[in-house]
Amino acid sequence: MALLEVNHLDVRFALRLGEVHALRDVNFTLERGERLGIVGESGAGKSVAAFSLLNLIAKPGFIAGGEVRFDGQQLNSMSERALRKVRGNRISMIFQDPMMTLNPVLSIGEQMLECLKAHRRISSKEARAIALDKLYQVQIPSPETRLDQYPHELSGGMRQRIIIAIALLLDPDIIIADEPTTALDVTIQAEIMALLLELCEKHNVGLILITHDLGVVSQVTQRMLVMYAGRVIEQGPTREIINDPQHPYTQGLINALPQMATPGEKLNQIRGSMPSLSNLPSGCAFHPRCDFINRADGQPRPACTQQVPGFVESGNCQVACHMVAELIDKEATDEARLKETNP
Amino acid sequence: MIAFLVKRLFHALLVMFVISIIAFAIQDNLGDPIQQMVGQSVPESERAELREELGLNDPFLVQYARFAINAAQFDFGYSYVFNQPTTEVIARHLPATLELVAAATFLIITLSVPIGVYSAIKPRAWLSRFFMGISIVGISIPVFLTAIMLIQLFAIGVSWTPFPVDTAWGSWLNDLISTEGGMPAYGRGNPVPVFGTWETNFASLEGLTYLVLPAVSLASIMLPLFIRLIRAEMLEVMQSDYVKFARAKGISMRRIYFLHALKNTMLPVITVGGVQIGTLVAYTILTETVFQWPGMGLMFLDAIERSDIPLIVTYLMIVGLIFVITNTIVDLIYGLVNPTVKLTGKPA
Repeated sequence: MALLEVNHLDVRFALRLGEVHALRDVNFTLERGERLGIVGESGAGKSVAAFSLLNLIAKPGFIAGGEVRFDGQQLNSMSERALRKVRGNRISMIFQDPMMTLNPVLSIGEQMLECLKAHRRISSKEARAIALDKLYQVQIPSPETRLDQYPHELSGGMRQRIIIAIALLLDPDIIIADEPTTALDVTIQAEIMALLLELCEKHNVGLILITHDLGVVSQVTQRMLVMYAGRVIEQGPTREIINDPQHPYTQGLINALPQMATPGEKLNQIRGSMPSLSNLPSGCAFHPRCDFINRADGQPRPACTQQVPGFVESGNCQVACHMVAELIDKEATDEARLKETNP
Repeated sequence: MIAFLVKRLFHALLVMFVISIIAFAIQDNLGDPIQQMVGQSVPESERAELREELGLNDPFLVQYARFAINAAQFDFGYSYVFNQPTTEVIARHLPATLELVAAATFLIITLSVPIGVYSAIKPRAWLSRFFMGISIVGISIPVFLTAIMLIQLFAIGVSWTPFPVDTAWGSWLNDLISTEGGMPAYGRGNPVPVFGTWETNFASLEGLTYLVLPAVSLASIMLPLFIRLIRAEMLEVMQSDYVKFARAKGISMRRIYFLHALKNTMLPVITVGGVQIGTLVAYTILTETVFQWPGMGLMFLDAIERSDIPLIVTYLMIVGLIFVITNTIVDLIYGLVNPTVKLTGKPA
């Protein structure tokens, strides 16, 4: 059994105008020490997915269905008290903006030690030793003095290192990193990512990396999910998806990478923008932006506008797309016909 | 710390300088001191002589310099009415006002923090809604009206019993507003002398009962303001990333509310609070008048009525000084709570 199993996760926000479906039928697994990437545009539901794993979605959001299983326990039905023992201890998080993540009025030491003391019965001295060790591991110069400093005395890169150190404090099984490098200076992004990767590998920590940087996902993760409008639309081994994306949306994303454009020409883009979750198009949510929606006769494929696509297997990947499903069907029938004609 | 204090002291002197110019301009332009000092029968020639003797014909700057040098030594001249140094008159009235402000401040601090925090943590609870409703009412009603209502309810009392008589809390509330044995609402009672001219209401239970109604009515405007301020700040802080991160670390909610969130909530509250506590001293004029509380506010109104100009000027200077001192203290506290403020002056 996988370390983390997410089954049919369904998250909604009870807004005044009605319920908004932020996450629909999300399924994935994470093995011990595995690194999983979640990509998608802003508003696709990546962060909601990350926060719902530890039941940390802010009201009016709530988990409406499905389950999150971690190491045999069902996290989503756990009491707040029991969940607290998992949070920061066995599953920890790294947030997007290091400038906002640390409490400005508490010293680094306080913020590290409180985490240790919340989960273990240890003396301040022992806690301090562990904190120093982790600060040393994230390669912070003069860790001793950092403990007494306040967040405003440190740079963004330095703060993110401290946050990584806090995430590692209790030797967790999984780290959920929600766009850990987005808010950082470009020159530091690679450094921080490399550090995170190195530490995860060294301690055999599973990583759920949420990002919209496909480059980072391809370098760091072994498997990936592509999300669109609250649904997973393609998932599988990272290399396969990057090299041979099946879903038109994934293809569009990869095509939109600057290195895919011909020098001197405009960058490729996916036309239109992500629909509002409160007003999703019928059928496949991507169909208004999809370049493959038209059949040879110029008419949109009726299934795309009417039916939500289910998953089909394509190689080691799962894809939710009518077109891909049709192609696979066609291949299968062609093959069958070929077999019939040449027994 | 020393560098900070020196800097603040310089600010304070600057503020006091501006206040002194305003105060002196009032003294210089408001009425004729000779008129106040001598009787109707004194002939004009003697008046002119006296004017020359007192230096009232000197240029403005010379007169101001004389005033400032005297003021720096706490010498503001004699009160026309009391025929005593104004500082002595103020010193007699100051303790009453300071005790009233202290009592009101105590009420504000001890009530606004728990109520503000509670209504931020549980914004939908009926008790929170009740507090929010009451606070709007409190802000909207002027102090003197609140004071009069308090007197009617708790000092004079009403003959009807609006609360259920058959329950313990009901009859307790009914007793509270009954016409028999109400709360004192006139003057200070018999305060206990501490040292010098300082008499305190805090030393005896009887003294404290005299403080209750005036302090409540003085607090009635600031308290709702602070409740709403703390609630709004706390709600905002609870949305911040560092609170979410603290939750993701597995910290208990109690620690998040009362350490992570409250400490950040208090930063703007302390800033506003410093100014407002100064303002409270000014608000005492209304409260002291309604309750005939023998403090500086009541004295000030008297001084205006009798054109006791030196006393008015002294009051202005002293209140200005109190303002400056409280603000300096509040800045010090702010610096201790907020680590991004360096009191030591050494580079971060």
